[in-house]
Amino acid sequence: MARTRKGEASDGKSVDTGVNAFVGKEELLKFYQDMLLIRRFEERAGQLYGMGLIGGFCHLYIGQEAIAVGMQSIQQKGDQIITGYRDHGHMLAAGMDPREVMAELTGRAGGSSRGKGGSMHMFDIETGFYGGHGIVGAQVALGTGLALANHYKGNGNVSYAYFGDGAANQGQVYESFNMAQLWKLPVVYVIENNQYAMGTSVERSASETAFHKRGVSFRIPGEEVDGMDIAAVREAGARATEHARSGLGPYILEMKTYRYRGHSMSDPAKYRTKEEVDEVKQTRDPIDHIKERLAKAGVTEDDLKGIDAEVKRIVAEAAEFARTSPEPDPSELYTDVYLEAAQ
Amino acid sequence: MSVDILMPALSPTMEEGTLAKWLVKEGDTVKAGDVIAEIETDKATMEVEAVDEGVVEAILVPGGTENVKVNTLIARLKGEGEAASAAPVPAAQAAPVAATSVAAAAPAVSAGASTFADPEIPAGTPMKKITVRDALRDAMAEEMRRDERVFLMGEEVAQYQGAYKVSRDLLQEFGAKRVIDTPITEHGFAGMGVGAAMAGLKPIVEFMTWNFAMQAIDHIINSAAKTLYMSGGQIKSSIVFRGPNGAASRVGAQHSQDYAAWYGNVPGLKVIAPYDAADAKGLLKAAIRDPNPIVFLEHEMMYGLEFDIPDVEDHVVPIGKAKVRREGTDVTLVAYSRMVGFCLKAADELAKEGISAEVVDLRTIRPMDHDTILQSVKKTNRLVTAEEGWGPMGVGAEIVARITEHGFDYLDAPPLRVHQEDVPLPYAANLEALSLPSVDKIVSAAKKVCYR
Repeated sequence: MARTRKGEASDGKSVDTGVNAFVGKEELLKFYQDMLLIRRFEERAGQLYGMGLIGGFCHLYIGQEAIAVGMQSIQQKGDQIITGYRDHGHMLAAGMDPREVMAELTGRAGGSSRGKGGSMHMFDIETGFYGGHGIVGAQVALGTGLALANHYKGNGNVSYAYFGDGAANQGQVYESFNMAQLWKLPVVYVIENNQYAMGTSVERSASETAFHKRGVSFRIPGEEVDGMDIAAVREAGARATEHARSGLGPYILEMKTYRYRGHSMSDPAKYRTKEEVDEVKQTRDPIDHIKERLAKAGVTEDDLKGIDAEVKRIVAEAAEFARTSPEPDPSELYTDVYLEAAQ
Repeated sequence: MSVDILMPALSPTMEEGTLAKWLVKEGDTVKAGDVIAEIETDKATMEVEAVDEGVVEAILVPGGTENVKVNTLIARLKGEGEAASAAPVPAAQAAPVAATSVAAAAPAVSAGASTFADPEIPAGTPMKKITVRDALRDAMAEEMRRDERVFLMGEEVAQYQGAYKVSRDLLQEFGAKRVIDTPITEHGFAGMGVGAAMAGLKPIVEFMTWNFAMQAIDHIINSAAKTLYMSGGQIKSSIVFRGPNGAASRVGAQHSQDYAAWYGNVPGLKVIAPYDAADAKGLLKAAIRDPNPIVFLEHEMMYGLEFDIPDVEDHVVPIGKAKVRREGTDVTLVAYSRMVGFCLKAADELAKEGISAEVVDLRTIRPMDHDTILQSVKKTNRLVTAEEGWGPMGVGAEIVARITEHGFDYLDAPPLRVHQEDVPLPYAANLEALSLPSVDKIVSAAKKVCYR
């Protein structure tokens, strides 16, 4: 299972990251737990949605767990992440309290935005999570702006802007690419290509389906990554991060992945076959993948039972908190519209 | 046959300029395309090229002459092969130029004796004359000196010194890190500005005109205005979006829209539209210091106008306070931005007919100081609003609704709104004039509510 530590970007430059894909059994177990937490959390969110406790739109991250967890594992303190509306996984990977995330989904006072944001609009400066944005592609310009601030302050931090194959066709993405490379901003663009922009497949919406090449005309290096394999995610992520942090400018990672559920809870996903979904689940599942690695490292199913039980407990507690946390006080209606100007 | 060379207009709004120098002298032969003179406006220095071939017969306005009106005869060419005209330049032709210079030396808009003194400026405060353009520039420069986090980004703000020269000399003083030329990508750089604000910087994003900001309106509203609320107070966007708003002159429908009502509709934004230089400076400084996203609506037709401004170290005007610019007893005229000047002129006209008009300058569209308007209406019992934007769902509509709700019993006549006609702004000079609000339209509305 030896993997090269050198990768080749689309501009032909090879970058030595010095980062091992896996540093040991302990870290591997942590990744397993983090990924499993996202999966169980999302399954529970789907359940609460069905019970009417979560309203509106709710986009689940099931199937894509290796990306958020793998990328998070190579970040430094002070780095920022920003994504679209399929954001629960990134928040959990970033270390936000699952209870606060779930309570935001149920629109309760205990939610991370005190119930005023909802599934698509959550934030946590503490962990560097800048949302949670409901407008397709907006987070790309905003994330590039976070990188502009890092560059301006000279703080050595990198911003990670996640977006999907759908957002990759938005005009502002290319406006941002242009300025990011022009000014050598420390930003990593992580394209989570899960094959479908809502119900439209990549083949039906993109004239160039290799999204990692979308930066070529801006001279931004990019590479395709197996987004179902956390080792591949980490290696490529480390390469991209090194590039951005060292002042060379932006870097594009196209993560090939798949979402198991519909676009949102109300999507029956009739635009793809059950066989297609089942095949991915059976052959490419990111959690099965890491379990195989764990087995090779000598971890038994019994060893994992403790983790499984712990994750189950965390998710049950989050769901309970989200159910019992009170609705926001009516006085919250007019708070947080404006900040008081200092005199 | 002689060819007249006239003072050219170098921009849609240029009315006069300085004939900086001649690059030819009488008797020189020129051909089409030769640069013959340099002209300076308050925005730029431009070269004047000969359009025809010939010999410079007479230079009628000497180099260095200021305030030369557009279309003034400045030189005459004689066609090649013709004998030089023996007749000297008639003295009468030079005279209007001289007269123009004198007239233009006075500020185009004078505070005038009829206006109400600014209660916020203590008597005896030293004053100086400054254009709105320089007032805005000074506001940015002062705030950039005061706070390292403040920076300016936009199209042509740095090396070109601003499309309308509002950012003149800022690149020289603050460098390319803090005065950033962007590509022509409003959607992208507005979003980046908001992202930088979320990370704690205080960007000033200049739009070459607010018309182009429609490409960026998603970030102004969805990203800047709403995120504090959606994040439960966690994510702050202290950012100023600024640029010229409304109709310039003959630039057609796509470059002439007034966005006050659009942005005034959005909670989370503060919307400012100053009239004179003192407010332009004082409110822009307040806007830059404010922790909220601000839409700052300037006016191209106001940039070159001079006003008195307090000559003090730190002139800051509070956001959200209207100002009574002229006291009156018979009718209240409410306006913002350039329309305030129209209302002041209308008040002068009305005074001649024995109608005493009070002029309220909104200064801030959101939050709207309806209390000041209400106090005025309680006194005058009559209300007319004036705005450059369209009437339906407009700023005037909002004012009328509020005054009807809170001051119904004080009204002696239905309020009237003066606004742009309900059409895309036409290009033709006559149709444009018909469409836009005017002093006459304000006067006639005021008379109507006074039943005169």
